[in-house]
Amino acid sequence: MQPINLQLASYSDLFMLIAALVYAAAFILFALDMANSSKTIRALEAELAADTALEPQAQLVGAGAGTTSHGPGPVVDTAGAGSGPELVDEDMDYLGTTRRPVANVAVALMVIGVALHAFAVIARGLAAHRVPWGNMYEFCTTGALLVAAVYLLFLIRKDIRFLGTFVAGLVVIMMCAATIGFPTPLAHLQPALQSPWIVIHVSIAVLASALFTLTFSMSVLQLLQHRREARIRTGGPARPAFLRLVPSALSLENWSYRINAVGFVMWTFTLIAGAIWAEQAWGRYWGWDTKEVWTFVIWVIYAGYLHARATRGWTGERAAWLSIIGFAALVFNFTIVNTYFPGLHSYAGIPE
Amino acid sequence: MSQQDNVRVVRDERTREDTPQKPEVELPSLGFTGTLRFMWTQLTSMRTALMLLLILAVAAVPGSLFPQRPAGPEIVQDYLEQNPVLGEWLDRFQMFDVYSSVWFSAIYLLLFVSLIGCVFPRAVKHAKALRSAPPRTPRRLSRLPEYGTVKLEPAGPSPAAAVDQAATYLRKRGYRVEVREEPDGGASVGAERGYVREIGNIVFHLSLIGVLAFMAVGSLLSYSGQKILVEGEGFANTLVAYDSFTPGSAFSEDRLVPFSMSLKSFDAVFDRESQTHYGQPLDFTAVMEVQDGTDGEPQEQVLKVNHPLDIHNTRVYLVGNGYAPEITVRDGNGDVAYQGPVVAQVQDQVYTSLLVIKAPDAQPEQLGFVGFFLPTAYTGEDGVAVSIDPDLYKPELNLNSYYGDLGLDEGVPQNVYVLDTDDLTELNSRSVDAGGITLTPGESYDLPEGKGSISFDGVKRYVGLDIHHDPGKWGVGFFAVLALVALIVSLFVRRRRAWVRGTTGPDGSTMVEYGLLARGEDFGLREENLALRRQFERMWPVVAPEDPQNRPE
Repeated sequence: MQPINLQLASYSDLFMLIAALVYAAAFILFALDMANSSKTIRALEAELAADTALEPQAQLVGAGAGTTSHGPGPVVDTAGAGSGPELVDEDMDYLGTTRRPVANVAVALMVIGVALHAFAVIARGLAAHRVPWGNMYEFCTTGALLVAAVYLLFLIRKDIRFLGTFVAGLVVIMMCAATIGFPTPLAHLQPALQSPWIVIHVSIAVLASALFTLTFSMSVLQLLQHRREARIRTGGPARPAFLRLVPSALSLENWSYRINAVGFVMWTFTLIAGAIWAEQAWGRYWGWDTKEVWTFVIWVIYAGYLHARATRGWTGERAAWLSIIGFAALVFNFTIVNTYFPGLHSYAGIPE
Repeated sequence: MSQQDNVRVVRDERTREDTPQKPEVELPSLGFTGTLRFMWTQLTSMRTALMLLLILAVAAVPGSLFPQRPAGPEIVQDYLEQNPVLGEWLDRFQMFDVYSSVWFSAIYLLLFVSLIGCVFPRAVKHAKALRSAPPRTPRRLSRLPEYGTVKLEPAGPSPAAAVDQAATYLRKRGYRVEVREEPDGGASVGAERGYVREIGNIVFHLSLIGVLAFMAVGSLLSYSGQKILVEGEGFANTLVAYDSFTPGSAFSEDRLVPFSMSLKSFDAVFDRESQTHYGQPLDFTAVMEVQDGTDGEPQEQVLKVNHPLDIHNTRVYLVGNGYAPEITVRDGNGDVAYQGPVVAQVQDQVYTSLLVIKAPDAQPEQLGFVGFFLPTAYTGEDGVAVSIDPDLYKPELNLNSYYGDLGLDEGVPQNVYVLDTDDLTELNSRSVDAGGITLTPGESYDLPEGKGSISFDGVKRYVGLDIHHDPGKWGVGFFAVLALVALIVSLFVRRRRAWVRGTTGPDGSTMVEYGLLARGEDFGLREENLALRRQFERMWPVVAPEDPQNRPE
């Protein structure tokens, strides 16, 4: 077995910390952007008014649909009711009009953070000549990297800056959990983990978790937006103001459904790959080990979520709650089950 | 699986239930078969399926909170002893056998019945849809969620020709098409695509039944067992050779694949470089000699964690390892009462190993020993020796000895790893004058009172093997992978309908209008609309829209 490159490992640790600090800065800026949203809204409305003066048929909602669009539909109308025109695109496309300098700096910081973070994660893998997801610290840091990277990938095509505070916040929490909660010096893998399946099973599990993390933030916003829309319908105050920069509850629901569907497929794959690995390592593909139980529970919750979308009375708020509960089970599975529940998956690697 | 048609029925039933004062009026209207049918529609409704799914998720949780008998019956026994009152109640509700319990089985069986009742009618319906033409063109396409019109210049094709060209294009895009004459002179095409989405949905759900069925096959035909092998020892795959054995419900001994194997050597590598993980295991390698059948050629094979041996679908797994000190016990008469390696149970990362020796043949008194084997012994200031490394740097035995009746003569089965000292008299321990026995390899010790002697001859290694045979796993794997593929199809293939109608406008030019309808979740409908429009503009001389809203960007 090749020796561990300790020099590279210490660089990895250092860059992990720097990346965490950069994420924290991005989080603060995103939060500032959110707190200043009323200013942004005023600026947007001024722009809008100018646009409308020039061109009576302003290209707002559904601009991309061109000639065939015949209105954004009744739900969007109620969303905007009583709070002026819509400021964000229902399909989360960039409108080109929105100038949010603080949020843009935060996005730039996220990019820098991801670059540093990616270096740290890859360096850790290279230093040990193996995949960088062999213990809790590494699941956490790799997972945080994927959450941030997937978020940035979506940002290229979709204006989801409104998610920034939540995503950056969750990434900071994950990085803190890794470096404070589960700090683990770099080491070789124990024999039970020396299998090609660690590459397949764990990477897809972490990627699925990253997607579920994104949809969790969207579902929380969906609930907030839903309540705001309900308040507006009954003539109540259109607060909190930052939600005007967030798409409607319906749009959030549709997008989190699409991402959850991908996450669910990945989770199904994780389950099957895990079963194949379990057969190879322990001789049985399924044994109701605590970790297997919770992976199954999460799978069933998200299966319920997908069914809820096709059940009358279960769309909207209830589906959002299922998505949130699924994420809670995911976090529970990762933290509590890994550390406190006895089982075959006791690879937390936390020094005693 | 939407059963929205049933919602009204449900509501009607509720009202009935709320008015019990007139049951004689209301009940006959349902009747016995009616009630059954009502219960069946209830069970197969989407809402019930969703509820059962959520209940299943909750019901699976206790199995991770309480120890489970299939995983470790002795842990359950400990739990019951420590929590006699609570434990008894939990046991009554099968909390230690959650996944074979009545209530858990009831939930998943109901779920599967609901699934079958939901999927089969859908399969029948879809089989019909597959054989029938796309639905007829709605009169008002503008009411569809996606809709558009284009007006052709006079040089453009006639309505019928335009519709034909549109139909060709739609077929190229994967639609099934049917061109029809319209009553008022024009023509229209009805098109539908994505039939495979529903097939994926049905196959996914049926695959789950396949998974469950082959799990049941496995539980009938499988067997698994454990065997500990010390270096040099052999094992033949017969029932008596196993240390423990769990047969499937339909197991018979002739199902055991004939083979034999022996442990030639075992090697463990521990981390010697890391400051922080010093002594962590890096590699376990067992060299086995395997003989296929009763007269096959013995072959040397390497057995590692994650790399089981496979002998005609019976798989041998390396699941544990440890040390087996070689001991010779002589009795008071000087005769050998026990000789051979003793399997010591590993207690921790540094292989502190618990050791029990029973010598029932010793005369005049039976002898028993209990203590620890330490691969690398270190004696602290308090005089207690501990192991500080998993490797054999300074092996040492620390034993207490006893004499008396070991209790083996009554024929009651005993745990070989536990010495019941209640009826025994202590000879050696830290609390008696003679002290404990400390031995290094090659040393001997004479027991007090001339009861005999014990010598530590050397150390061998042993491996813990799991031997599994499960013919059902191939079916489970096949249906699991099929379920995954079908799931991807059912979630990401888009099923949609399209209609294009060509008419002659008031000024004699051809007007083409089209509409799109998604069936199930489809977020790409608007893109499809744009794609159709782009294609129409490419195919035909389209009149530029006049109103500002329709101005091309």
